[in-house]
Amino acid sequence: MLNIENLYAEVDGKPILKGLTLSLNPGEIHAIMGPNGAGKSTLAYVLGGRAGYDVTEGSATFDGADLLDMEPHARAAAGLFLGFQYPVEIPGVSNVQFLREALNAQRKGRGEEPLSGGDFLRLARAQADALGLDMEMLKRPVNVGFSGGEKKRNEMVQMGIIDPKLAILDETDSGLDIDALRVVGDGINRIMRKPDKAVLLITHYQRLLDYVKPDFVHVLAAGRIVRSGGAELAHELEREGYGAIAA
Amino acid sequence: MNALTLPTRKDEAWRYSDVDAVAHIWPTPPAETIDVAAGEAVTRLILQQAGAEAVVVQDYAITLAPGARCDFFVLNTGGKLGRIAIDVTLHEGAHFELGGAILGGGAQTLEIVTTLRHVEPNATSNQTVRSVLAGRATGNYLGKVMVARDAQKTDASQSVKAMLLDRTATANAKPELEIFADDVKCAHGAAIGELDQQGLFYLMSRGLPPAEAKALMLRAFIAGAFEAVADDAEREQIETAAIAALEKML
Repeated sequence: MLNIENLYAEVDGKPILKGLTLSLNPGEIHAIMGPNGAGKSTLAYVLGGRAGYDVTEGSATFDGADLLDMEPHARAAAGLFLGFQYPVEIPGVSNVQFLREALNAQRKGRGEEPLSGGDFLRLARAQADALGLDMEMLKRPVNVGFSGGEKKRNEMVQMGIIDPKLAILDETDSGLDIDALRVVGDGINRIMRKPDKAVLLITHYQRLLDYVKPDFVHVLAAGRIVRSGGAELAHELEREGYGAIAA
Repeated sequence: MNALTLPTRKDEAWRYSDVDAVAHIWPTPPAETIDVAAGEAVTRLILQQAGAEAVVVQDYAITLAPGARCDFFVLNTGGKLGRIAIDVTLHEGAHFELGGAILGGGAQTLEIVTTLRHVEPNATSNQTVRSVLAGRATGNYLGKVMVARDAQKTDASQSVKAMLLDRTATANAKPELEIFADDVKCAHGAAIGELDQQGLFYLMSRGLPPAEAKALMLRAFIAGAFEAVADDAEREQIETAAIAALEKML
């Protein structure tokens, strides 16, 4: 589904990713772990298409199409969802209004009929209920006045509404307490643990992986994958630290 | 009020204007007079959407009797020059409300110029202006508030924000206060900025094409100008016209 080959990327002229290779097949959940500054968020932004994250070498394809050649909204319409480490506050723009417009823009891009206001609200309410987010919050401006945990729940509500094929979740677990972590973990499993979908979980810590069991764990250090393994690798990292593994 | 001679940019109220354009239509039409009787209320919506080559200068002279109220909403988006000048005299306990949006591109010069004369006590005024400027457009807000010596308890506020879509666009915001009373509140705030790139990327990452993402953020930005329109149908009318003008700029 996602094939990243020998990817090099830089930010402000500074090389961050240095020959990263990674493949995700349908039905798989991959976790990427690594120390601060390893390039985890850069990888997420490069895959999402954020301006200022420049690919200098290598390739990334999504279902065979050149991902790096697509604009951010086209990547979304193709089925890619980027969960933000720091969800952005947008004063004055209501969550439901923006999500409905975004979803219908995606549907239009795929040649599908737009969703009616009533159908959209039912869908939004169901996802908000499942993530324990008050529907009233969804009517408020995007992420404005939300706590850290509410912002992350909101990311998952958005993922549930958009129902993507591939989710790249950048430190979705940061800022969550134990209860919220379980709710968000359950959300990821419910929405994305399907034979035709895949997830790339970017995280510092093993704890989210107690709830979302990865099929593969990769260690990212200094811009490359330095080691890959199964779920047990996360425990080994937790025990021994990145220093020993990444060296 | 119109000057008797063609204005130059040395005239404070014209310092950012396009005086060459004004010369073509000089003398400009006399000010429209609006007198609001004691305790009465008047609402006006001005949709200035003239064609690209037009030069529009509209002056309003408003007098508010004690306890009177006037709500003035302006969409200033048409013409080579679009200038709306409002001169308001507020008597005891009167209120003047201005909500304005200046939406311009190309080489347009668009401006809202207000003079508020608080001549008696307890009058209030509130002015909210939002500008979105693209290309080489210039958007100006000049807001003068004069508070007379015995106009105690005056409460006059101004909020001016401008968004520049291109580095070549210009916004001028000039609050000017002349206060001769000692127990008054005159708040003013001005901010000029660009669209938040992080917010734009966030919206696009959810599937909104760039123009739609920008339009959504700009709609939210200018909403403050018209949220005080009391009548739903009137608010929708001026907002719809503003959104159409915004979409032409993107």
